[in-house]
Amino acid sequence: MPVNETFKPTIVAFCCNWCSYAGADLSGTNRLQYPANVKIIRIPCSCRLNPMFILRAFQRGADGVILCGCHPGDCHYTTGNYYARRRMTLLFSLLDYMGIERGRTRVEWVSAAEGAKFAATMNDFTETIIKLGPNRRLEDLRCKTE
Amino acid sequence: MQDRVMEKAAALLESGVCTRVLGWKTGEFFYDVTPAVFTSAEEVRTQMVYNPFCGPNLSKYLIAESRKEGKIAVFLKPCDTFSFVQLQKEHRIARDKVYAVGVQCDGMIDMDSLKALGLRGVTAAREVGDNLIVSTLYGEKTVPRREALSLRCRVCKSKRLNDCDEIIGEQGGDLPSDRFAQVEALEAMTPEERFAFWRSELSKCIRCNACRNVCPACSCEKCVFDNPGSGVRNKAAADSFEENLFHIIRAFHVAGRCTDCGECSRVCPQGIPLHLLNRKLIKDMNQLYGPYQAGADFDSKPPMLAFTPEDPEASIITNGRDGQ
Ligand code: SF4
Ligand code: SF4
Ligand code: FES
Repeated sequence: MPVNETFKPTIVAFCCNWCSYAGADLSGTNRLQYPANVKIIRIPCSCRLNPMFILRAFQRGADGVILCGCHPGDCHYTTGNYYARRRMTLLFSLLDYMGIERGRTRVEWVSAAEGAKFAATMNDFTETIIKLGPNRRLEDLRCKTE
Repeated sequence: MQDRVMEKAAALLESGVCTRVLGWKTGEFFYDVTPAVFTSAEEVRTQMVYNPFCGPNLSKYLIAESRKEGKIAVFLKPCDTFSFVQLQKEHRIARDKVYAVGVQCDGMIDMDSLKALGLRGVTAAREVGDNLIVSTLYGEKTVPRREALSLRCRVCKSKRLNDCDEIIGEQGGDLPSDRFAQVEALEAMTPEERFAFWRSELSKCIRCNACRNVCPACSCEKCVFDNPGSGVRNKAAADSFEENLFHIIRAFHVAGRCTDCGECSRVCPQGIPLHLLNRKLIKDMNQLYGPYQAGADFDSKPPMLAFTPEDPEASIITNGRDGQ
């Protein structure tokens, strides 16, 4: 697949307040580079992520959606991320079944100490989305600005 | 069977076991059987029917009916009893207000199957042994009963009558069913083909909400699709995104609670195979989190309300189970 050099994908990263959001912060204070088009949305816990939020993100122009939360066993609310893990696995499988490219969604566990992992994850995810190209299968033309 | 069901209904009302009976009556056409509540033996004798077109699952009506004064008797087919148990598990039905009569089922017949057999102008159908004698405007035809079965009944998962106070006919058991065959066929396609398949199906949706309204699992007091803030309340989908949104969310909301009763596909006026979405979720949950059948018992834990620390990561999907 030809890689479009000028394509700058919009990435929405849902980050749980207690680990991944702090991890993103750390990556910033450490001046680690990750693409500016990663839009971080803070959620109280990874299990707050309603599947509707993911679809809405795609509707409003996201090319990729990633969920970041505390490592399994480390959730601030003890078990939230275990439920999130089941939900996301099932949802991603359903999206794949409906023909949505499976690389467009991802879950990654990032702790508050893993600033470097946060930046690396965002860089890697952005690469994947650039290869996949713009989101066409879950787009809403009414929400396109250009 | 018709006689035994009606006698039972009349007897339950006359003896005062219940004050109302939830059953079926004929609608506009003979095959268009509709749920109905009867309050007297007289009504039962004149209006109630039980025939192979009694597909509608009555369990959902018990949510509202079991909150009313007095006891209600209900007739349930095996698949309906799965919904009955599932709704009790979700604390939606007041069990002590319900007298459940299980009815042995040999599979329901539907008009789509008769049409698929090339029958037109059907005016009546009666069972004789393993055959169905269908009267049409063009004369009588005999077809094997199993060829007239509705699609969902051909892959029936269980003839077991769960949690009934009484049974008419015989208790049945779980059946080997290849209900996931179509799901597997879709899984074997390329993402592009799957996308094209679902576009061609879901673009037919007129958002009548029938699939949601009929579904026993879709019984929330407030539905996201009735929320004015959702932007998709009571309206036809404006574009492909809204079609996908509705169907992904509808199917996902019943994950782990869908008993695979098949009502959603039955009522869809557009013939969208909604069961293929539900069954995909059921198949995935069985594979990932262990076998589970919603509504089969009172004790097992629904997979979406449980977890184990060893659950697979979502990357098994996003990286491709086949290593793609
Ligand atoms: S019943 Fe069919 S047409 Fe109606 S909302 Fe459901 S899928 Fe759409
Ligand atoms: S989603 Fe369809 S098959 Fe599942 S419980 Fe609801 S109506 Fe029945
Ligand atoms: S608080 Fe971070 S995943 Fe629950």
